[in-house]
This record gives sequence, C-alpha cells and structure tokens, in this order.
Amino acid sequence: MAKLNMVKALNLALLQEMERDEDVVVIGEDVGVDGGVFRVTEDLHRKFGGKRVIDSPLAESAIIGTSVGMALYGLKPVCEIQFSGFAFQCFHQIENHAARYRMRTQGRFHCQMVVRMPYGGGVRALEHHSESEEQFYAHIPGLKMVIPSGPRNARGLLVGALRDPDPVIFFEHKALYHAAKEDVPDEIEALPLGRADVVRHGRDLTIIAYGAMVRVAREAADTLASEDGAECEVIDLLTVSPLDRETIVASVQKTGRALVVHEAPKSFGPGAEIAASIVEGAFLSLEAPIRRVTAYDVPFVGFARERATVPDVGRVLAAARETLAY
Amino acid sequence: MPRTPLEPRFTVEYLSILDSDGNLDSALEPDLSASELKRLYRAMLLGRRLDERMVRLQRQGRIGTFAPIKGQEASQLGSVCTLRPTDWMVPSFRETAAMLWRGWPIEKLLMTFAGQLEGTQPAPDQHDLPITIPVATQLPHAVGLAYAAQYRGDDVVVMAYFGDGATSEGDFHEALNFAGVWHVPVVFVCQNNQWAISVPLKKQTHSRTIAQKALAYGLPGLQVDGNDVLAVYAASKEAVDRAREGGGPTLIECVTYRLGVHTTADDPTKYRSEEEVREWERKDPLTRFVEYLRKKNLLEEGLEQQVDAEIAAAVKRFEAMAPPDVLTMFDHAYAEKPPELLAQRDELAGRLRGPDDAGSAPEPPSSPPMRGQRKTSRWQN
Ligand SMILES: Cc1ncc(C[n+]2csc(CCOP(=O)(O)OP(=O)(O)O)c2C)c(N)n1
Ligand SMILES: [Mg+2]
Repeated sequence: MAKLNMVKALNLALLQEMERDEDVVVIGEDVGVDGGVFRVTEDLHRKFGGKRVIDSPLAESAIIGTSVGMALYGLKPVCEIQFSGFAFQCFHQIENHAARYRMRTQGRFHCQMVVRMPYGGGVRALEHHSESEEQFYAHIPGLKMVIPSGPRNARGLLVGALRDPDPVIFFEHKALYHAAKEDVPDEIEALPLGRADVVRHGRDLTIIAYGAMVRVAREAADTLASEDGAECEVIDLLTVSPLDRETIVASVQKTGRALVVHEAPKSFGPGAEIAASIVEGAFLSLEAPIRRVTAYDVPFVGFARERATVPDVGRVLAAARETLAY
Repeated sequence: MPRTPLEPRFTVEYLSILDSDGNLDSALEPDLSASELKRLYRAMLLGRRLDERMVRLQRQGRIGTFAPIKGQEASQLGSVCTLRPTDWMVPSFRETAAMLWRGWPIEKLLMTFAGQLEGTQPAPDQHDLPITIPVATQLPHAVGLAYAAQYRGDDVVVMAYFGDGATSEGDFHEALNFAGVWHVPVVFVCQNNQWAISVPLKKQTHSRTIAQKALAYGLPGLQVDGNDVLAVYAASKEAVDRAREGGGPTLIECVTYRLGVHTTADDPTKYRSEEEVREWERKDPLTRFVEYLRKKNLLEEGLEQQVDAEIAAAVKRFEAMAPPDVLTMFDHAYAEKPPELLAQRDELAGRLRGPDDAGSAPEPPSSPPMRGQRKTSRWQN
C-alpha cells in the first residue's frame, strides 16, 4: 500500500500491466523520453525501451490509426492524446474504425486499445487545453468511455480498461492529477467497467457526477447535510458509457429527486442521457424536475472567466435546494 | 520495358548570407536601407525582451502558460517584414515577434496568455488571424484565404507559420497539396527549431530536410539559416514577390533553435543536453546581426532601455485593466443568442447579483412542471 497521487497511480497501472502482458505498448507525443507532459508515462521508456514506449511524430490521426492496426494484429496499444482538445484530429480513426472493427468483421477482428486523454479545466491553460468532450465519445456505439475521480479508482479503471476487449476512451481530469493522494494497493487491482459507485448514501436527493465534479458534488452534499438536514446520495459514474442505469434508477426510486453535474456544456451532454434514463426507469418516483448543473453552451471562454462556467459547489447547492424545495 | 526516370533528381538549396561568425556573403546581401535595418533590429530586440518579460510574468503567476520564442526572432522578422499590411498573416502560437510587427499591441498578447479572449480579437483593419493552438490546423485556412483573395482579384499574399512538428500532421500535407493544385499566393514559413516539445527532428521525419517536402506537392522549397535575418529576408522576399506575381506557393524552412523552454510548463533538461543549447546560443540571431549593424554604424544608443520602457508601459496598462466581465462570455458564441443561451446568461447574472438575488432569478424549469406527479393514479394503474 502506497500513498499515490493520480499521476503516480496511473503510472503504476501501466507499469504493472506492461510487466504482466508483453502485448501492451504505449504510444503518443512525448510519452517516451519526456515521460508524458503530465508524467503519467514516466520511466516506462527507460524500463521497456523505445519499441514499446513510442515517441510518435506529431500526428494524432496516425497515433490512433497505427494503433488500430496494431490492435487488429493482437497488440494492446495504450495511446496518449496529449490533450483531449486535440483528439478531433483523430476522431475519424476512433469513430470510423476503432469503434467499428468488431461489428464490421462480425467478430473476426476487434480493437483492444485504450486512448488516454487529459481533459477538463481549472489549470489556467489556453484554448483546447481546458475543455470537456466526453459526450462525443459516449455517443459512439462500440466505444466505452471511462472517467476516474481519484488515484485509486484511476488505477483500477485503467487496468480494467487495458483488459477490456473493446476500445476504451479514458479521460483523466487535469485538476485531479495532483489534487490528492490515496492509498493504492501494491498488488494489481482491476475495476470492472460499466459500474457506478455510490460514494455517499442518502434518501432525499441523488446527485450524479463523475471526474472532477465528484468532489464538488460531495462537498455540496456535506453542506446540505449540515445546513439543511438533507441527505444526498452521490453517485460517481466512473464509466460514462455504457451507463450504469441500474444504479442511477435504483437511487432515484428511493430519493425521488435527481441532479446531474458535469463540466461538458449542457445541451446534448451526458446529463441529457442520464435524465432520460431516470425518466424511463423511475418516472413514477419523481418528485421534482431533474436538474442539470453544467458548463454553459459556449465555446472556450478563457481561463480568466472559466470559474463562472465550470460548475462549483455554490451552483450545485443552489440547484439542489431548489430541487429539494420543489 | 525498362524503368524510365520521370523526374530528374531534385535539389534542395540552403541559403545563408550572414553566418554565426559574422562572415557576410556580400554578393547575396539584400538591399535594405539603413532605416529598414534599424527597424528590423529594434523588432528583434523587442521580441527578445518581451519574451523574457513574459516568462517572468508567468513565473509570477500574472499570466498563464506561455510559449517563448527566444532564438527564433530572425526567422519571424526576416519573413514577416516582407508583407504589406494588406497581406495576411496566419500564425501558430509561437510568433509573438512577428505578431508585434503586424501591429498586435503587447497588451493583447498579454491578455491572450492571461486567458482573456479579448486578446485574440484582431483590430478591425488588421489582416491577421489570431494564434492557433491545434498544431498545423491553421495551414488550410491560409490556403483558403489565398484562394479567396485570388478569386476576388485582390493583390494579397498570405504568409503562414508553423513548426517542424507540424509537418507531421495531415493538415500540413493537405494544405500544401491544395496550395499546389490551386496555385495560390501563399508562403509557408516553417520554423524548424529542432524540437517539438521533447521530440527531436530525427524522430519527427525521415526526410533530410523539411524544405524537400514541398517538392512532392509541386512547389518550390528552400532551406535557409533561420538565425540569419538577412537570409530569411532574402528567401521570403523572393517567395512573396513570386506569389504576388502569380507564381504560386512556396515552402521556406528556417533552420533555427528554440533556446528556451517549449512552454513555461516544460522541463527541457529531461530531453536535451546543455551542450546542445550552448552550441545554438553561439548562433544567436541577435548577436550576429548586432555585429553586422555595428560595422555599418547603425546601432542606436539606449535602444534597449527604450524597448524595455515600451514593454513596461504596456504591462502597466495590462495590469490596470478591470477584471473581465464574465457575462460577456455569451456574446460571441453566435451572432444571435438562442433562447437557451439567454436563459443561461440570466442564470449567471442572477448568481452574480449575489445569493439573495440569485434565488429570485431561478433558471426556468426546462421541462413542464411535474408536481404531484407521483399521486396521479392514472399513471399507476
Ligand atoms: C494537434 C495538436 N496536437 C498536440 C498539441 C500539443 N503541442 C503543442 S506544441 C507541440 C509541439 C509543436 O512542435 P512544433 O510544430 O515543432 O512547434 P514548436 O512548438 O517547436 O514551435 C505539441 C505536441 C497541439 N497543440 N496540437
Ligand atoms: Mg519545433
């Protein structure tokens, strides 16, 4: 057991899986000698060499395209896209191919690969370095979309993703990389994909969040407990797609009220799918309209204005109180 | 049937006029007036001094991540100075010196790196695109601008900047191909500074030069000493003149070096040696140009202080600015705000008025009221 931040926890997952399975290769811009711009692949190049930890030329499309080829051959590439804002350059390879090969070849080929990308705001970065784009991937059939919220589940989910036979988009929130340390077991721990975690139990309101918004949701829930006497249930999705509808619906059947928090813009975001699933599964339990606290529907606003659009505890509290009072 | 050669062997030229030891090839020396030379040097110095200042401002937390240009002043200014104000300039994100030449105020550059969108708004009469961060994606825009100018019959040349790493992206190749097929007036200026973050040129391309990539697309490609402002000027002038006369696009590879960090978030000691940096410091573009000007008696007394005062005044104006109004974030998403955006703006306005007021301006529920829904037995049967 060691106390690790999320960078080190992810690094441990890669290290141990690479030691265990020779088919796992790492590819991306600056992932080798530099150890990745966030140091998630630190030391792997030294340990495994440039053939397994590939400093690629600067081309996202070919990073994913060649990884699809490697995966079709049986390797298990872990691709790093330096920032999720630059994944549009490889979106066609993800959507046209990684997500579809299993279907297209009727099971003869598939792409066991993980595409890691830092996402999210709050790090005083320039345009394309602060956005949240999980909705695009969550919408694509054939892909899985995973977003951890802390060091331990990041490690477990990355191992789970590496062992998953389907292509996984793995988002890592930049503001979480160094935010906290957690006990991470030395022995390999794999978390199954597609399962949400109820991180706080309550009967009055269900708050659904993932990634960096989990902390925001929990803080709001603590305040509601101490100031309003309201007990919120907080669900950490961990996997955005496939969505763990069962856990969400069961919770809302109990609480009757739901609030979704995400950093992606509101319209057509994950909140819409979650709200629709609640309506489908817990319609008769609902006591209030389902609320969404999200970023506004505007392109990058610049970090000088970022705090006004990324959901914070105050906004979640205000929405939760309205929902509770409805 | 025998194999017959279709293309004769191509050649790629390298141009150097003033080398790092101060040797001048006077046969190639461009015809620049004393005032032009002085203006060029002032701009190089301003670029250098502002760069150093911006790195310090970032370290002090007064601006965010910044990409310094130190070492690349000649590549930028030798090329951009061949444009007319009516020509277009398309930067990447490491062209502060060229942007200053094109009239971007220092305050706007500071605002850009301080995360304020106002910084990337060009002046109404400026024919410049703002910085582009996704590598190489601006290059097709340059070709489109050139096509449109040609379509309208305007006397316009477009100059686009990018790095060595950018030449690995599809957008670079697609842009060169389109430019060749359309024969449009665009000059591609590659600042080959040897590194794309931690990736050295030899891992970026198996080609001997970047210039030769142009040949595959049927355009001329020329490699120049990018730390020699006279050579960059001569090469750019030739390319811009040719483009203006209908001779089509050119790729210029400026061989230079990033003397500083990739960005203020980077630690170059992880991937490159001190000796390599020392070696390139000897080839500093300012040093040799200073010597050249000294011989011509064109060095101005007190220029450094003048440039520093200009920077200090701009930093002062920048820091005196009121914090940005967050409500304006909704203003330029669309020409006209859709209803949902107006609702979101109202919600933010309510929050800004404070907790008491915020409650009085709740976001209208986007779904019809459902109060009492549970008790409606019609649904329960
Ligand atoms: C499409 C895209 N991928 C990745 C990045 C992250 N990134 C920023 S600069 C850079 C290296 C660019 O190298 P080069 O083109 O040589 O320009 P330089 O930074 O050396 O000026 C990378 C990988 C980006 N901005 N855009
Ligand atoms: Mg470079």
